[in-house]
Amino acid sequence: MATVIVVTSGKGGVGKTTTSASFATGLAQRGHRTVVIDFDVGLRNLDLIMGCERRVVYDFINIINGEANLNQALIRDKRVENLCILPASQTRDKDALTKEGVERVLNDLKQSFDYIVCDSPAGIERGALMALYFADEALVVTNPEVSSVRDSDRILGILASRSRRAEQGEPPVKEHLVLARYAPERADRGDMLSVEDVLEILGIPLLGVIPESQNVLQSSNAGVPVILEDGSDAGAAYSDLVERFLGKNLPHRFITSQKKGFLKRLFGGS
Amino acid sequence: MGLFDSIFGTSTNKSAALAKERLQIIVAHERGSRRGSGPDYLPALKKELLEVVRKYVPVDQSQIKVHLDREGGYEILELNITLPDEEPRSGRN
Repeated sequence: MATVIVVTSGKGGVGKTTTSASFATGLAQRGHRTVVIDFDVGLRNLDLIMGCERRVVYDFINIINGEANLNQALIRDKRVENLCILPASQTRDKDALTKEGVERVLNDLKQSFDYIVCDSPAGIERGALMALYFADEALVVTNPEVSSVRDSDRILGILASRSRRAEQGEPPVKEHLVLARYAPERADRGDMLSVEDVLEILGIPLLGVIPESQNVLQSSNAGVPVILEDGSDAGAAYSDLVERFLGKNLPHRFITSQKKGFLKRLFGGS
Repeated sequence: MGLFDSIFGTSTNKSAALAKERLQIIVAHERGSRRGSGPDYLPALKKELLEVVRKYVPVDQSQIKVHLDREGGYEILELNITLPDEEPRSGRN
């Protein structure tokens, strides 16, 4: 039975697409048949982050409308086996996402995939609601910053009341916190919310902490999910996150600051 | 951060504590109002309950309070009706 996972946050720019790309890639690397769907109709970006923007022919809305079949629209990743990308439409509007249409496509995908990762758009409008409606599990991406934490709490409320599982009285959507763009030394200094602060406020289990990292921008420049960048701390953090999602008990890394020596403090460097 | 701070690692800026406190207040408030609004059927339920009660006792709209609470795995529907004094009742029948 395939598992549907939504990557959501409420607020924009916190790392949903970065997380979707690396999470889906990590699952596929470990041998799980994975498809990642862009729900951001009109503002698609997952294709750019995955580096397959020039291979898009048909999209999610084409399939919903029956203008193409799944095999025509799914883009097979060239780097990782078992990984497919389903891009969003760039020209239609979000009303094209009907509940029935999305459900039909998800049911078709469940026949040939183990994990279906839904990359949600920001906000709480139709696209975001459709992305989370059919979810079994949710990765709630949050930055250690007031507006992001508040919006995450709002999304948790929506998952608990307006998902299919909530409406049909089934066991609730399983929630995971992904704390992204974390800077341990700033948290230590007391000018950034700490991991513990965010956990205390949101009250959901922590799946991973992704450190603020230059590698994220570099890898998006290149169209390579950061999890594939060897030697990158953000990539290593995503690998750990995937392992934990699959049930491995790994300690959290990148949550304490590297103590800088006196000379380094004096002469700078980060 | 000044040179002194960057050398000795001290800082007077503890804005994270303020952020946490503000978040705890606003999140608690918003969770409260989410719960308070309750499921969609609540206003209709309240209206119909009032109609039933009114068949027997003349009560005012403001005298009935419906409150839904969630605790652990179950929900509590609390219904509070303030009945009027005996006098208005003698007028009926």
